[in-house]
Amino acid sequence: MSDKKNLLDVEDLWVQFPTRSGLFDAVRGVSFSLGKERLGIVGESGSGKSMTGRALLRLIRKPGIVKAKRMDLLGENMMSKTEKEMRAIRGQRISMVMQDPKFSLNPVVTVGEQIMEAYSLHAKGSKADAKAKAMEMLKAVMIRDPERVFRAYPHEMSGGMGQRVMIAMMLAPDPEILIADEPTSALDVSVQGQVLSIMDKLVEERGMGLIFISHDLNLVSTFCDRVLIMYAGRVVETCQADKLHEAKHPYTRGLLNSLPRLDKPKKRLEVLQRDEAWREAESVSDSQ
Amino acid sequence: MSGVRIEGLNVWFGKGHDLVNAVIDASLEVPAGSSFGLVGESGSGKSTILRAMMGLVPDWSGKMNVAGEELSKERTPAFYKKVQMVFQDPYASLHPRHSVDQVLSETLFLHGFDNIDQRVSKLLDDVGLGGDFRFRYPHQLSGGQRQRVAIARALAPEPQILLLDEPTSALDVSVQAEILNLLVDLRAERQLTYLMVSHDLAVVGHMCDHIAVMQLGKIVEIISVENMRAMNTKHEYTRHLLLASAGYTRDEALE
Repeated sequence: MSDKKNLLDVEDLWVQFPTRSGLFDAVRGVSFSLGKERLGIVGESGSGKSMTGRALLRLIRKPGIVKAKRMDLLGENMMSKTEKEMRAIRGQRISMVMQDPKFSLNPVVTVGEQIMEAYSLHAKGSKADAKAKAMEMLKAVMIRDPERVFRAYPHEMSGGMGQRVMIAMMLAPDPEILIADEPTSALDVSVQGQVLSIMDKLVEERGMGLIFISHDLNLVSTFCDRVLIMYAGRVVETCQADKLHEAKHPYTRGLLNSLPRLDKPKKRLEVLQRDEAWREAESVSDSQ
Repeated sequence: MSGVRIEGLNVWFGKGHDLVNAVIDASLEVPAGSSFGLVGESGSGKSTILRAMMGLVPDWSGKMNVAGEELSKERTPAFYKKVQMVFQDPYASLHPRHSVDQVLSETLFLHGFDNIDQRVSKLLDDVGLGGDFRFRYPHQLSGGQRQRVAIARALAPEPQILLLDEPTSALDVSVQAEILNLLVDLRAERQLTYLMVSHDLAVVGHMCDHIAVMQLGKIVEIISVENMRAMNTKHEYTRHLLLASAGYTRDEALE
């Protein structure tokens, strides 16, 4: 893994928030690297998975603190970049799809204009180019009548369409890395399949790197290539996604066992017994 | 004791060209003491059926017989003693300025119980919370603890039938397991009848004996849990839901 060129290398990433009772560590010493692959990050709410995603874009609001030994995008150090330089990276080279389209789209601007804006902020070109690109992206995310959706406002769309529009917008500038934070948890299962396959295709065809943040273990194990399992701000285990069901760490095992399963009925579900030691243990790095 | 029998239920919202038929000619039967699931995607009308039973939607037609009572437009206080509902979002269904004690005592008082003090502590014990939580406010509770309070509130009038509207969809899987176990235990102890709505087929498969699959307001299939596990379905849509719930399959989604 190490000799191959990675899109992203993260070493010892910390996210901290000052509170009345001292610093609170939301992410504690996480290290990983991302190639042209689908990397899943799973964990419960509060485990720091979304914070990790945001920290990669340095989108942690003050007074929050982001620290890392190394955070390299194709060998370029992102920690030393100024806010202005970061703005050039956000959206263009690394973009992020948030969980809920309802809160992430501007309600008073048409979808088409929003996608055009995302594109023309980063690419020089005429308005006609931007429009053509927006239409192309809407088609790429399998929206049936892009002409109509282009003129529509966010409230005129269903959740699934909204989410696809978000993806279209994020992909318009052709990013190298897409961070998707629970992109499908607000969607119905059938739409979820479509949204996933769009992202899947982009990884396969464009060689994009995808960080897929989710709490759905089944989904991650079938969709991703590799998985990081987070607990209390640390990575407790990493494994190949299709081997997730053979995971060894007691936390991962506990999560898996607490899931009801159609194929393996049982009378009672196992309840996760938490161990204080998991909280204190060192973060596992994924260098294999 | 009797369960739930619904025949030809129609529910609609709005009128004129804004009319939406949310539930179309739905019929189902839940014998007393059993557990019945309703699954479907958002907007398929599954929650609307529960809300119609509870008298929370104004316009409906058809026949609903719940806990031995033929339902008309109005619900009597006696009805709510027999039938209670647990809502989806424990963050929204508890009053933020009422302590757990207030929530439960008020419910008990309104239903005309005596010995309220003892009953509140018994209810808290029953849902696994204990006395420490009695004087807390919702913001001092985790999501799972809040849902336990919501369940305690539903159990307060000692109902026969519980309507569960996605009771665990806002919770983490480990907490979901605790709440589902609690619901299974309570049903065994109190011989409750459950009617449960969920979009998660595995959850419904764990909890229920029979499952109705809904699509666009219609019940397309009623299937036993054994047949569901064996993928033995008659309707294409049920099959599609089952496949999708198993996770992501690389080529299926591209169609």
